[in-house]
Amino acid sequence: MTGVGAVHKIYRQRQLWGGVGLVLVVIVTVGSALIAQFDLVEGFAAFPKALVWMGTNFVPDARAWANLPKILLRLGETVVVSVMATTAAAAVSFVLAILGSRTTRFHPGATVVIRALASLGRNIPVVAWAMIFLLAFGQTFLTGFLALFIESLGFLTRSYLETIDETASGPVEALRAAGTPWAPVVVHAVVPSVLPSLASWMLFMLETNIRSATLVGLLTGTGIGFLFDLYYKSLNYPSAALTTLAIVVVVLALEAASTLLRKVIL
Amino acid sequence: MSHLLEIHNLSKDYRGVPALIDVSLNVKKGEFVAVIGRSGAGKSTLLRCINRMVEPSSGRVEFEGHDVLALGRRALRSVRTRVGMIFQHYNLVPRLTVAENVLHGRLGFKSSWAGLLGLYSISEKRRAWDLLVQLGLEAQVHQRCDLLSGGQKQRVGIARALIQDPRLILCDEPIASLDPGSAKVIMDHLRRIADESGITIVINLHQVDVAAQYADRIVGIRAGRVEYDGSPKKLNKKTVSHIYGTDSQDMLVGGLEE
Repeated sequence: MTGVGAVHKIYRQRQLWGGVGLVLVVIVTVGSALIAQFDLVEGFAAFPKALVWMGTNFVPDARAWANLPKILLRLGETVVVSVMATTAAAAVSFVLAILGSRTTRFHPGATVVIRALASLGRNIPVVAWAMIFLLAFGQTFLTGFLALFIESLGFLTRSYLETIDETASGPVEALRAAGTPWAPVVVHAVVPSVLPSLASWMLFMLETNIRSATLVGLLTGTGIGFLFDLYYKSLNYPSAALTTLAIVVVVLALEAASTLLRKVIL
Repeated sequence: MSHLLEIHNLSKDYRGVPALIDVSLNVKKGEFVAVIGRSGAGKSTLLRCINRMVEPSSGRVEFEGHDVLALGRRALRSVRTRVGMIFQHYNLVPRLTVAENVLHGRLGFKSSWAGLLGLYSISEKRRAWDLLVQLGLEAQVHQRCDLLSGGQKQRVGIARALIQDPRLILCDEPIASLDPGSAKVIMDHLRRIADESGITIVINLHQVDVAAQYADRIVGIRAGRVEYDGSPKKLNKKTVSHIYGTDSQDMLVGGLEE
């Protein structure tokens, strides 16, 4: 086929595949709803009702506001644990990424082992890690800290490895070609090339961790997650609402702060 | 007179795919040698086999009498300090200043500790400044390299190679990413360096006219084999179209003899 026909065919094919994709999405959605015996229409119809319930019950009242200092204290604990887990993981990930990067060529064995460890840490969800550590350490801060730490370690090591391989290979090649020993190559070529991206990944991880920490706290009975659970189960909905509100405000504030910080360093 | 660089029967294959086949080449001190050929012909592999940034599969490389392929890690680093390298994409650290990037060329001469801490002597710093003046970059000394133009970046790359006081500079397509004006400035600097300081230059180029204009000698590579080795004056259209494949000669070699 030549000329207009060839061009026309490209669009016909694209439209055809678009149609096939749309049909597949509908089949998968309806199919999974049938399997789960979940009525989509009823589910969406319940939405306004849920909103009305939230509007009437899930509103902080005077009694809830009296709990604010306690809520803020617990929230502070959660933020501190998240920050500790993130920064500790960032430091360890940085060392692991430098040893495991294909660009720095520390050792081929190290590359394989570190990549495998990073995948393990990253692909097991943080909640699963929390349950695992729960068995070992019980309901303590250490459990929450370790769950967040391992998850962040996996994610950050992987991101750092990729950042180093993507951005530092040129300068590394130049310094190696000039006869530079291994350690100065890392310090003078790798570190200055990647540091801003690494800091940016760390801030992203921090935001994620503060959100996950709430969930982890539910399991480990610590921090803001514990408090939310307590209020919720004792039917103290106004206080649970205030807790949620406080979490949202802190997460938004942190996001804004890290966006600002990222602009400065990049 | 003995050769600065001798390459004997050098071959390299990447997982069974040959990139260089039985390449032999001798380069005299002070020579300006241009290696030409299509992309993928093996120019870059040849250049990197000389300082073992790529590990050859077989053959022999001799630099200043050293059997380069037999060297241990430390001795190889010592040879590399005497071989400068210039890259198509400059390979500077973008966030560091021009001065810092130039002084990176001295790291090979230092112990790991002195290198880690970036302890450069006053005479090294003075030399960096002199080179920047020589290359017309004195106004940019404090500037971060990601703010420079392509031509300026490549001049920083030249200064970084020169501060090694190398016997040989390997240039891998140094003007392929530059506009014609900046390319001429870079080629003029390289020619001047060869003439004034007797530094030997081996340069990969894909522009035949530039190679013919600047080089003392041209080596043509096609599919990993040396197909031409001689003076630019003797290079004719037939040879060039053999190196590059047919039909490209008009665009490549408008000014050459039939």
